[in-house]
Amino acid sequence: MIPLAWYLIFAAVLFCIGLYGVLVRKNAIAILMGIELMLNSVNINLIAFWRYRSSQGIAGQAFAIIVFAIAAAEVAVGLALIISIYRRRNSIIAEDMNMMKW
Amino acid sequence: MTPEQIIFIIVAVVTLTAALSVVTSRNLIHSALWLILALFGVAIFYVLLDAGFFAVIQVIIYIGAIAILFIFAAMLTRRVMQDSDPQTNSTWWLGALIAGLLFAGLALVLTNWPGLSTPASQLAGDSEKIRQLGLALVSPDHYVLPFELASILLVAGMIGAIYVAGEKKR
Repeated sequence: MIPLAWYLIFAAVLFCIGLYGVLVRKNAIAILMGIELMLNSVNINLIAFWRYRSSQGIAGQAFAIIVFAIAAAEVAVGLALIISIYRRRNSIIAEDMNMMKW
Repeated sequence: MTPEQIIFIIVAVVTLTAALSVVTSRNLIHSALWLILALFGVAIFYVLLDAGFFAVIQVIIYIGAIAILFIFAAMLTRRVMQDSDPQTNSTWWLGALIAGLLFAGLALVLTNWPGLSTPASQLAGDSEKIRQLGLALVSPDHYVLPFELASILLVAGMIGAIYVAGEKKR
């Protein structure tokens, strides 16, 4: 049997890699990819805790389903925004997206 | 070491390598392909955790829809960032420091938590589990409200995405 700690450590490493990607990449699409990695690590945590701590209940799985739905909506809207900005400004560098800055 | 643990270690190493390549690769298409490999690794973890249903929807939603969307977006916005340009901020070391500190904090919390050594309990049959999940998602006593909210959010997100990305007719 795999110890619960292995899953949690793995998810923590994956989350930190995703966070690094979100913080340092210039390309807005790459930032969204980092967010996807972070959401996946959270899902692993939810499923692992469900399996090891409360496998009689269903809460962990239900939350994971919601996270899936949010991830799909988030990436669809995010990429649509990026493509729209690309049409107007011809750039997908996050630093250039400053139309609302004053 | 049991075979399960060996599989875990192999998959974890492959997934983390792929994830690192996602955030460091210069070419965005390569990033997207590495992302697919990382998502497959996560799907294998769901199988190891006896959540086969989640492995299936991981492959369908994440790899089938989201990763393909990323590849399309990367191809639609090609030639903007040349691969030779710097791909990271000038303060990349700060991001690395924050990520490292977060990991140190998480590891500290985990090592001090007594619940880590709980073994997994036996599960009911597979079909019983999915049935239970399906009933919980539509029963008023459980999660019908979050479920409906998620569906409304998805519909709103899709309509918004079509509106935002669509060609404006003048």
